[in-house]
Amino acid sequence: MRLTCPLCGPRDRREFTYYGAGDYLSRPDPGAPAEAWDNYLHLRDNPAGPTRDLWYHDQGCAAWLLVSRNTITHEITGVELVADRKGGRDEA
Amino acid sequence: MAELIAKTALDGQRPATGAGLVLATLPPGPVWSIAPFPGVDLAPVLAPLGLAFPTPGQSSSAGDLRLIWTGRDQAFLLGGAAPPGLEAFAAVTDQTGAWAGFSLSGEGGEAALARLVTPDLRLAAFPVGHVIRTALNHIPAIILREGRAGFHIRVFRSMARSAWHELAAVLERLAARQAAEQARPVPTAPVG
Repeated sequence: MRLTCPLCGPRDRREFTYYGAGDYLSRPDPGAPAEAWDNYLHLRDNPAGPTRDLWYHDQGCAAWLLVSRNTITHEITGVELVADRKGGRDEA
Repeated sequence: MAELIAKTALDGQRPATGAGLVLATLPPGPVWSIAPFPGVDLAPVLAPLGLAFPTPGQSSSAGDLRLIWTGRDQAFLLGGAAPPGLEAFAAVTDQTGAWAGFSLSGEGGEAALARLVTPDLRLAAFPVGHVIRTALNHIPAIILREGRAGFHIRVFRSMARSAWHELAAVLERLAARQAAEQARPVPTAPVG
């Protein structure tokens, strides 16, 4: 398995570390109801089809990546930098 | 304060040779990490030095100075100190003591590295001046193609001995394979 890092190009899976579902990018507001936090921390979908995961390119550019893949075909349909997403980068 | 003596990693290590390749430690030199603040273009600061901030996998050189890409929005300046005033535009840190450097010179260095590194480092895929951050076996490394027959490999100083061991073992095994191939009897042409 290979992931195509937007910075480094296609790399072997061993260069990356899996973190978890892409849901971790949607953090509730601090004052959000307990249900929202419960959902964020514990509840995950288990889709048959397209899903998104977070990976870390630890043996490469050290960037966080959002990987889109299909759980039925195992096809990887996209890899993007978390930093390029709105709110994904700390502002100075 | 005690008087401290600066020593490079593997100080006094003699070069290792094998299969026409030479593995040696790089002479000590400054390493500065330069990470531009979000949205800042460093071109006006770097242009007077003849340098450009490198795009991923690239490097930029001017005289003794070399700026190599090392990560998202990060490059290492080698060969000299960071220009004064740069810290207003970028996070600038001296990492000189944190890295150990090796040179691998000779024809076929890519074949030696292919035993430790997964990406393609042949000249067509990894031309002179290109730089890659990848794993040297399990050791995080920054590899620069210095010339047609030369690579510079940098690893965390704490992993210098392990990296040297891995690379020296590769040279030994390549040399053993060459010797075995030369010792093999030459096949004779079939009669008739």
